[in-house]
Amino acid sequence: MSFFKKLKDKFAGNAEAEESTEKYKEGLAKTRIGFTSKINDLVAKYRKVDEDFFEELEEILLQADVGFETVIELMDDLRFEVQRKNVKDTSNVQSVISEKLVEIYEAGEAEINEINFVEGLTVILMVGVNGVGKTTTIGKLAHRFKNEGKTVMLAAGDTFRAGAIEQLDVWGKRVGVDVIKQSEGSDPAAVMYDAVRSAKSRGVDVLICDTAGRLQNKVNLMNELQKVHRVISREIPGAPHEVLLALDATTGQNAMLQAQTFKEVTDVTGIVLTKLDGTAKGGIVLAIRNKLKIPVKFVGLGEKLDDLQPFDAQKYVYGLFAEGLDKEQQLEDEEADK
Amino acid sequence: MAFEGLSERLQGTMTKIKGKGKVNEADVKEMMREVRFALIEADVNLKVVKEFVKKISERAIGQDVMDSLTPGQQVVKIVKDELTELMGGEERKIEFSTKQPTVIMMVGLQGAGKTTTTGKLANLLRRKHNRKPLLVAADVYRPAAIQQLETIGKQLSLPVFSKGTDMSPVEIARQAIEHAKAEHLDTVIIDTAGRLHVDEALMQELKDIRALKEPDEIFLVVDSMTGQDAVNVAQNFDEAIGITGVVLTKLDGDTRGGAALSIRAVTQKPIKFVGMGEKMDALEAFHPERMASRILGMGDMLSLIEKAQSNVDEVKAKELEEKFRTSTFTFDDFLEQMSQVKQMGPLDEILKMLPGANKIKGLENAKVDEGQMDRVEAIIYSMTKKEKTTPEIINANRKKRIAKGSGTNIQDVNRLLKQFEDMKKMMKQMSGMNTKKGRKKMGMPGLDSLFK
Repeated sequence: MSFFKKLKDKFAGNAEAEESTEKYKEGLAKTRIGFTSKINDLVAKYRKVDEDFFEELEEILLQADVGFETVIELMDDLRFEVQRKNVKDTSNVQSVISEKLVEIYEAGEAEINEINFVEGLTVILMVGVNGVGKTTTIGKLAHRFKNEGKTVMLAAGDTFRAGAIEQLDVWGKRVGVDVIKQSEGSDPAAVMYDAVRSAKSRGVDVLICDTAGRLQNKVNLMNELQKVHRVISREIPGAPHEVLLALDATTGQNAMLQAQTFKEVTDVTGIVLTKLDGTAKGGIVLAIRNKLKIPVKFVGLGEKLDDLQPFDAQKYVYGLFAEGLDKEQQLEDEEADK
Repeated sequence: MAFEGLSERLQGTMTKIKGKGKVNEADVKEMMREVRFALIEADVNLKVVKEFVKKISERAIGQDVMDSLTPGQQVVKIVKDELTELMGGEERKIEFSTKQPTVIMMVGLQGAGKTTTTGKLANLLRRKHNRKPLLVAADVYRPAAIQQLETIGKQLSLPVFSKGTDMSPVEIARQAIEHAKAEHLDTVIIDTAGRLHVDEALMQELKDIRALKEPDEIFLVVDSMTGQDAVNVAQNFDEAIGITGVVLTKLDGDTRGGAALSIRAVTQKPIKFVGMGEKMDALEAFHPERMASRILGMGDMLSLIEKAQSNVDEVKAKELEEKFRTSTFTFDDFLEQMSQVKQMGPLDEILKMLPGANKIKGLENAKVDEGQMDRVEAIIYSMTKKEKTTPEIINANRKKRIAKGSGTNIQDVNRLLKQFEDMKKMMKQMSGMNTKKGRKKMGMPGLDSLFK
């Protein structure tokens, strides 16, 4: 049975899984048009798996922002795999590709996609560069956790950007959770201190802390972030339990530097890949997972409240290859009929 | 994990070629491979890269690159020239309408920085073009986008036209233009909502706003960190509403910014401004050559020189030059120079602009110790007037007093005195030579040794 079919079977029959798989399919529709149709064209164009085929495949991956080094590694792996399995026909290579992609994501580790909830108060710190969608993601996360029956509180730690506090406040009202805030221009560390204190006294389950967007090469701003981190850990040992880095799926190779620098400063535990519903492929997360071992925990697949989905490498790849898989399946069925 | 620049990349290939005496076509091909890698790592779109590399290799093979003594440098130069040309073209000023008001539309993806750029642009138009801008809050979708623009308006003391979130953006824009006419505000800048370039309903809304009064400029605001997708974004926006120019934001980050080249190559529309910081005056004109250097990882020498020039007082520089020559340079002058360097901005940022600086090990996260500068200042402030002009008189007792006064120790004082002497010696030597003009203005001989 092909890998694709295995994936499909796995999600079939499970209503919840099917629903979220649908979301992936929908959200990644644009991605698929670009990426998967290219792979399909490629498969149609080359009947045999040869060097030309690999070269073109390499280009498709580069265009998905996967990045040079990772693409080269991936291609080496693929060549080896194709040889080992003795794949000659290009129509069979698709499942090998998706298998490899999933493998990179999972990297032999037990997946750590789940949010690390602790007994009592769980603190989540949201970090990232400007304009990636931190505040929006917090709104969606709050909605998700609230639906799971948790009590949620938000901390308006972006005291710099005009309108940021109001933006979080609107989200708080929309979702129906409390927002701890001070005035614009106040010390973000002080806001965090306040927020952690009141979260503890009110006995909430989850506190999600917003921070101002900052470019990772601004030393002073990164120091400020470190201070925010420190203040939280001082109030609650072991906190923040999660530091989520929001990455814009349209970002290119700079995302690697973002992940690296933010990891050094705040010990990032996971990535939220936002705005994946455009034509962007967010391929850089492959490279980040490969090099820095930071897992993707959530992906933003649309503008609606519940369009933020827990990341699932298999579903992601399924979303990328869905059409191709169906085709492959058809072929297989035809073969069987003969 | 900073990416290697093109020069470094080519160095590897060059050493291989060096021993050969002659460079053949295969070598060029190998070099072009490096060019290709460098551009892809800088996020230039693959299709653009391919066309570009084709063009370059034709030029490289056709020309006398082969006989050139340093083929590597030659290739780098060709690449850089071509890049510059590709991104340059004729420089067009902002179009102002003869019929009031001039209408400027800001469009782009979510989070590209439209609202912030709207504020910066208004500020720039007022400062440099003497315009009276009206900011229009037409983003009714993102929570608090209107408040954001209102806050920016307040900061800049500029009028903001907002009608809350219940009115349609088209109607808001229409009323805003009327309002501007009535109030004699000559420039209307419309901040539209961020959208996915594939969202047809929202694209229609932009077309409707556009139909109100043909905008004089439609600026596409693009995040300079955008990857391969930049091409699709630019193309879709251009096809749907027809952009007139591009504003590249967040260029104060450490991205190579290859998106700039992709967009330019695909739309042929000029990049007009670049966002260089979070403050409201951080919007600058676009310089193709600097961008080319940046994409190739070659440092930004020109920006550095310009920064120095805009901050260094010409008259004072002349005086200093005179003092160099006559060796009457004192600690007071030294202080003066130091404060000028400080005005140029944080030292580590300045260092990053130096070509090759990204290659120096450890410099990528070098934090120049600004505290050291403060200590030097403190030592000088603790000297008497006489000591500053004739440091020769500083004996052990005086050193002790200076150290105590500045909260440092005698070693620190000694080191500064020694460096000062070295500096003076170097100046003497330099003033004997015919130094180039620009160099003297920036002349900081020996200053670097202070921070080691």
